[in-house]
Amino acid sequence: MGDHHHGPAKGLSRWLFTTNHKDIGTMYLWFSFAMFILGGTFAMIIRAELFQPGMQLVEPGFFNQMTTLHGLVMVFGAIMPSFVGLANWLIPMMIGAPDMALPRMNNWSFWILPPGFLMLASTLFMEGGAPAFGWTFYAPLSTTYAAPSVTFFIFAIHVLGISSIMGSINIIATIMNMRAPGMTYMKMPLFVWTWFITAFLLVAVMPVLAGAVTMMLMDIHFGTSFFSAAGGGDPVLFQHIFWFFGHPEVYIIILPAFGVVSQVIPAFSRKPLFGYASMVYATAAIAILSFVVWAHHMYTVGMPVAGELFFMYATMLIAVPTGVKVFNWVSTMWRGSLSFETPMLFSIGFLVLFTIGGFTGLMLSIAPADFQYHDTYFVVAHFHYVMVAGAVFSMTSAVYFWLPKWTGRMYNETMGKVHFWISFVGFNVTFFPQHFVGLAGMPRRVPDYALQFADFNMMSSIGAFVYGASQIMFLYNVIATIVSGEKVSDEQVWDGAEGLEWTLPTPAPYHTFEVPPKIEATPAHG
Amino acid sequence: MLRLSRNPGADTAIKLAAVACAMFAFVFVVMVPLYDVLCDALGINGKTSGVAYTAVPAVVDTSREVKIQFIATNNDGMPWEFRPQVTQLTVHPGAATDTIFYAANPTSLPMIAQAIPSVTPSRAAGYFHKTECFCFNQQPLEGLASTEMPLQFVVDQDLPKDIRTITLSYTLFDVTTMAGSTIAAR
Repeated sequence: MGDHHHGPAKGLSRWLFTTNHKDIGTMYLWFSFAMFILGGTFAMIIRAELFQPGMQLVEPGFFNQMTTLHGLVMVFGAIMPSFVGLANWLIPMMIGAPDMALPRMNNWSFWILPPGFLMLASTLFMEGGAPAFGWTFYAPLSTTYAAPSVTFFIFAIHVLGISSIMGSINIIATIMNMRAPGMTYMKMPLFVWTWFITAFLLVAVMPVLAGAVTMMLMDIHFGTSFFSAAGGGDPVLFQHIFWFFGHPEVYIIILPAFGVVSQVIPAFSRKPLFGYASMVYATAAIAILSFVVWAHHMYTVGMPVAGELFFMYATMLIAVPTGVKVFNWVSTMWRGSLSFETPMLFSIGFLVLFTIGGFTGLMLSIAPADFQYHDTYFVVAHFHYVMVAGAVFSMTSAVYFWLPKWTGRMYNETMGKVHFWISFVGFNVTFFPQHFVGLAGMPRRVPDYALQFADFNMMSSIGAFVYGASQIMFLYNVIATIVSGEKVSDEQVWDGAEGLEWTLPTPAPYHTFEVPPKIEATPAHG
Repeated sequence: MLRLSRNPGADTAIKLAAVACAMFAFVFVVMVPLYDVLCDALGINGKTSGVAYTAVPAVVDTSREVKIQFIATNNDGMPWEFRPQVTQLTVHPGAATDTIFYAANPTSLPMIAQAIPSVTPSRAAGYFHKTECFCFNQQPLEGLASTEMPLQFVVDQDLPKDIRTITLSYTLFDVTTMAGSTIAAR
């Protein structure tokens, strides 16, 4: 044993060469927070321009670059890596493994991310500007009519796609091979389960995205005509390929969030999770259905009626497993001994707001009605309810929940609660009015708008500034905790927390579970 | 189970990497051809067949008439003059009909154009047969030259009875820079 019990190396090389899952998890989390701030800055520019009708601050071309980069950075830079970071930290500790299955690949999958995003961000300073075709980069807007920087965008997508694929391969390999003896699949914590399924989705669809951008590359530079009608190709083909990736992608983003909430709500309800098995099956059902609903993003593209109906019914079907999950979370809280610490507040905020986003999703799934909602602010409101109030709220909940375990120090509870309430109010002030302007016909991705939308847009912008500022408070709270938070030594930290990670000393030592733990025979979940 | 490596973790990883590579290939060798096949087979997307139709001997259905409308559009940045000789014809299903499109290159440089057809309603695409079409080939034109381009078509006798008007729209693309590369004419 002796030699194995070394601590982390010193200095920069510790981070550069580390193969420790906790170090890599930490880097993922900090990197994704940096991207969250960058993408948030772009959002603030968008909301500042939309504060009043008329052109105020930026050129329309630059505005389009902002909407594009905001989407790309938030999806690929902030949300996805943050959950990979969480997976790195928690999955080995939750299944009783000493580390990830492939620690060197783990190092690589993190370290190719920053260069990828550097490449993407550098397009801002190039001639012709950054990509300005929206995060969905529909061809031929992104091929024939794109700025030259699109080639950098394509390679950036390749790089971060490779990073995601390697990350998910590692997660699957860890879960399949490194569970402690007795940790059967149906005993795994739900966070591990949701990530297990998410990782399969990633392995299946990230290569499809890579294929789409490769075709763009070939159309732009090598004279092929995948998406060019002049050469026998078809722009609509791009949309099919993109959304064949894009729809599973939204579940890639939300499933780990489901996992987090399924850990946090039982802990603060002091009850086991209601309907563990149904949660697992519902997650798998959502993942499978996600492959057959992609064209609901394209109702207005000119599909046959049979196609519209198929995708409409398939989409509505997803509400069933999702409803099972919401029901189970509420049932977990039912007659529980509830307490409302910050992680629980964010998880309940998730539950309420994600459900609203789910309902607007059902509205959008109705093909005939979607012709009115398509490409309006109603869609913007919908996906921010599921992306921000869904993924980001649950991520925030996770950080508050596990931060004491990671650092051995307790965050400032009062500041955490203030952060929650400002976020909750700021978020709703930002995005709730967007439902109204969307239904009234305000299109997405416009730098200027008709006068009748002025009041709601001003509200939206004020809410966005408040929500944005509250994240600085979050950053401060986390740093203050690490530097000088009140020390915690209790292993369990939260009296209702269950799971292997809460049996480890606090703070979690650099190396854990070098000897696999004994898993009790009774199932950990009710 | 097939074992590829002594380390079970690496073994799983190799298999998953193979899945990822297969999905990348899937986009190129399955999704793209499948899309074209489905569009052709189901006649969706307003796509008409890219090859000349061999007319089958058929009775002309004089009991009904179908109105055929022609639209000619230039793609963004295409300077040619491009229009149908007649904008509307009335035909009987089964009867072969000839018409002409007119194109002129107003620039002083030689250019190559490609016309891409689309049929509305898209349900009619499978019943609109072109026995001869300028859209099957690229159309080169010297600077300041003009030409008349022939189109011969047959409307299928099986055209659903509720379709009384078919609109055939051509979009003309400038393919001067693309010419030489293999272009699948439609």
